Amino acid sequence: MSNLAVLPIIIPLIAGIILAFFPKKLTLVRTLTKLFIIGNLAVVSYIVWQVFNHGAIILETGDWAAPYGIVIVADQLSVLLALTTNIVAAACAFYAPYSLSDRKEKYYFYSFFFFLISGVSGAFLTGDIFNLFVFFEVLLMASYALIVLGGDKVQLRESVKYVFINLFSSMLFVTAVGFLYGTVGTVNMAQIAQRVQEVDQQGVLTTIGILLFFVFAVKAALFPLYYWMPKSYVVPNPVISALFGALLTKVGIYSIIRVFSLIFIHKIELTHEVFIWIAGLSMIFGIFGALSTNNIKLIIAYNIIPAIGFILMGIGVFNQDAVSGAIYYLIHDMVIKASLFLLVGTIAYAAGTSDLQKFNGLLHYYPFLGWLLFVSGFILAGIPPFSGFIGKLLLLKGSLAAEEIAIVIIALLSSLLILYSIMKIFIRGFWGEKDASFEPKSIKGRTAPVVVLLAISVFMGIGAEFIYPSVESISKYLLDPANYINAVLEG
Amino acid sequence: MEFIILILSGVLFAAAIYNLLQKQLLRLIIGSVLLSHGAHLFLLTMGKLKRGNPPILTEGVSDYTDPLPQALILTSIVISFGITSLLLVLAYRTAKENDTDNMEQLRGNENE
Repeated sequence: MSNLAVLPIIIPLIAGIILAFFPKKLTLVRTLTKLFIIGNLAVVSYIVWQVFNHGAIILETGDWAAPYGIVIVADQLSVLLALTTNIVAAACAFYAPYSLSDRKEKYYFYSFFFFLISGVSGAFLTGDIFNLFVFFEVLLMASYALIVLGGDKVQLRESVKYVFINLFSSMLFVTAVGFLYGTVGTVNMAQIAQRVQEVDQQGVLTTIGILLFFVFAVKAALFPLYYWMPKSYVVPNPVISALFGALLTKVGIYSIIRVFSLIFIHKIELTHEVFIWIAGLSMIFGIFGALSTNNIKLIIAYNIIPAIGFILMGIGVFNQDAVSGAIYYLIHDMVIKASLFLLVGTIAYAAGTSDLQKFNGLLHYYPFLGWLLFVSGFILAGIPPFSGFIGKLLLLKGSLAAEEIAIVIIALLSSLLILYSIMKIFIRGFWGEKDASFEPKSIKGRTAPVVVLLAISVFMGIGAEFIYPSVESISKYLLDPANYINAVLEG
Repeated sequence: MEFIILILSGVLFAAAIYNLLQKQLLRLIIGSVLLSHGAHLFLLTMGKLKRGNPPILTEGVSDYTDPLPQALILTSIVISFGITSLLLVLAYRTAKENDTDNMEQLRGNENE
């Protein structure tokens, strides 16, 4: 029964290994990929159903009792994120054959794809902070391979920087875990939380907390540590950018949510207050980045930064509404970022360039693509009734209740600018004169995954009444760390 | 003993950061290797350095070695070994494709 919790990690891992045996048989590999990812999606959906009806599933690996062995904790937040991961991954798996060249597919794309999913799910599900580091490395290793896939000049140049910055933050992570182990004598997150509570989070523990925040902020691309992110997310193929944009930075922000709602919560005036400022600055600088460029892929990549800022704002404010909003926004952003990256990849393919100054009038040839972009812009900026609106509404409601007026103003203004940055693509690229010399390419099959992701996004907005109770119960669960501690240590 | 090892790991960190701030790709890799050594040594020290005791805790035993840091380091060493070998290949290919191993020239221009 409790073995269910490990399936979202194991299934993609096995799938990746199986697919590594016959990389050259493309038809077979593509079919198997789709089967595996749909199967995994079904399993994760079943786990979500189980967890929401019967409570968290806790797996003590190797039957070692909780604080001694590694625990896999499938609580509501973890499984919901694992489900979203698999939805995004499934969309990418269906998009990949159209977007990637045969050569790239043959160089083990699908194996690394599954290893990435395995690492991301593992990072969401683990209940052990060192194990979190290990799963970070699993997903980073897969991402290192994916980012250089193809081996272009630009790709190699950007991936070297990507590997170095991630290696640096990983080593800091090990050091922070070392500090934590030396101070509280355990690496089990529930037990760390318990012991930090007992000593009322003395000075050294807050320092360790900030060190961990630094590590996660590098991975999540928060201000001022986002400089490595936009360019390295743009250079690989759109389907890989979509996976990175939707999943990798979100693992970082998830770790911040987990650690700063469970462990370091006794000096909120020191830590969480800083988060609000960092969130505000992330929004401002991220959106300035998006407005400053004419590269459509780069616009979307820069848009990741304010989104992470919104989520961090929820953690910083740290009340019921704000945390609900952060979780809602996290799930919304995973779906919409994936669909935007896929969409922009399609536009860049259709136009033959990703430079906005070099194409216009696409609406004459691809009306459907134009309207998809239009709707995604609305969803991303949070125009009611779409999903971004619900998340932002909760975040703003929470911030107003906490009397954080400055961040509310920044959030509202940056939302407007986010809308403008997407509409810029629409106005410059899709409006305008029909270019007679332009030869439209077939984009058959590329829009279907985007439509599915957008439909999910629209449903999350219109069906908010259906989803909100689950999100509310997650935020209640997160705000009282005793829930998690009891579930792991006494369950 | 712990004190000396901590200073050593501090020196390793300092040397690592110095190398990471250089412009030559190979120096950056050496920096990252030193950084991981420093982190591992630090992790080992955190479990207290003792010799001659088995890592077994049963009733009546008060003096034992903590086995957990060793397990953590082993995992971490394997990971950083893998990444270092990947980095070496990556740096070689990058230097060859871009005709330079100077980070200053690997910056790239604004619009591409």
